[in-house]
Amino acid sequence: MEHKIIFAGFGGQGVISMGTLMAYSAMAENKNVTFYPAYGIAMRGGTANCSVIISDEPVASPVIACPNVLVVMNEPSLDLFTAKLQEGGALLANSSLIRKKAERKDIRSYYIPVNDIAEELGNGKMANMAMTGALLKIMNTVSLETVFQTMKKTFSPKLLKAVDINREAMQKGFDAVQP
Amino acid sequence: MGEKQLMKGNEAIAEAAIRAGMTCYFGYPITPQNEIPAYMAKHLPKRGGTFIQAESEIAAINMVYGAACTGARAMTSSSSPGISLKQEGISYLVGARLPAVIVNIARGGPGLGNIAPSQADYFQAVKGGGHGDYHMVVYTPETVQEAADLTMKAFDVADEYRNPVLILGDAILGQMMEPLIFKEPSGRKFDKSSWILGNRKGRKSHLINSLSLSEGVVEQWNWELKKKFDLMAGKETMVEEYMTEDADVIFVAYGTSARICRSVVNQARKQGIRTGLIRPITVWPFPSETIAGRAKKTKHFFVVEMSLGQMIEDVRLAVLGNATIHFHGRPGGGVPAEPDIMKQLKEILQS
Repeated sequence: MEHKIIFAGFGGQGVISMGTLMAYSAMAENKNVTFYPAYGIAMRGGTANCSVIISDEPVASPVIACPNVLVVMNEPSLDLFTAKLQEGGALLANSSLIRKKAERKDIRSYYIPVNDIAEELGNGKMANMAMTGALLKIMNTVSLETVFQTMKKTFSPKLLKAVDINREAMQKGFDAVQP
Repeated sequence: MGEKQLMKGNEAIAEAAIRAGMTCYFGYPITPQNEIPAYMAKHLPKRGGTFIQAESEIAAINMVYGAACTGARAMTSSSSPGISLKQEGISYLVGARLPAVIVNIARGGPGLGNIAPSQADYFQAVKGGGHGDYHMVVYTPETVQEAADLTMKAFDVADEYRNPVLILGDAILGQMMEPLIFKEPSGRKFDKSSWILGNRKGRKSHLINSLSLSEGVVEQWNWELKKKFDLMAGKETMVEEYMTEDADVIFVAYGTSARICRSVVNQARKQGIRTGLIRPITVWPFPSETIAGRAKKTKHFFVVEMSLGQMIEDVRLAVLGNATIHFHGRPGGGVPAEPDIMKQLKEILQS
């Protein structure tokens, strides 16, 4: 098993947080993992992306030329990265903000309205958590329970009171897709 | 054994240095190594050490010189343009026979360049970026775990030879997070009482400098230094061979490039292409003997670097015309892509 995942969106959507949470959770399940962020130009509204590799084997290159999983939170990211996705790879797109569909037919595409899911729960900021839930379902590598436990361990004290609502958003995202 | 942690390469280097007994850190901010001084600022004072943000890179390396004179384990870190500024100080450290650890998390150049990963500081690191005849051990870790392990080792090697040691990484090593377990530091003790400065109660005075205008003195120093460099070259070379035994093409790459080549080797092997990798872990001393040995049998060597081609010169010297050398390089912060390397590999095999 090896998942090469690129997370992309705009700054403030929690793209880096998604990648970090996946990396910590995969480590908790004793997988090999690397996390490599686009760094140095972090600003709200700018582009943000990170690469996460989760593998049973030691990870060779931490740089992803062709991902087999692509998570895009906004339309420019869909435009930028979809061409790089491996044949048969999974595209997870935030259909709350992305109105179009990917043109490629040789990939598995999932459109999840994660902003709408988050806002139904009363907090649009949790769109990334809903997306994480959907990703877990599609990947079927790291368990929801592990991610819940990891949130408790890695969230800052200020965020700890939000673990339950994040958990709910993640569950809703998980239930929103069928692999 | 400690607990498994997920850490950035920069933070792992900083934590490993503190665990290795480094008590004096001096630095000046520059991306992509800022997590090192940030970690030091937060943790070092609490653990009994001294963190100083110097007024410049030049000040920082000279503070390292001063702290090393007192016998403290001292360190500085920077990225390419900042490391250029430290070259005079590094030459002085060698001349004065002072141990220190210097970390270069390299970025694209020349000039201010950019903040992307690069291996274009190879010449500067191994051919003496400063003036005078000198060498220092240069480690090129490829994983966060190895970055931590080699940082601990660097302090022992610096003390053993009374010589600075360089850790040469790139922005990917510095910025990526990977799981690691901190090993126990060696605990080796080095008696520095015969040369350090400080409280001289009951002993004769010591002098640490790198200047003598008397005839022949500096030449004699250099002969003494050479003995030390020869010893380092004999004892401190580190290299990894990966699937080289039956290889028709052997990659030679270090650090991040080596990891990219390892991916290509894995993919190529699945397609029945016999290829392997020689990964220098020290680029000085360079593992020439390993490469020369393989060049007796393997006809193609494929050097991959994030530069226009610098290490390739040392590979060429090791191969000595016994095999054909090919090159793939990306300068100025470009990162070699696996599909491009694979394509070139297949062209080599068809040639």
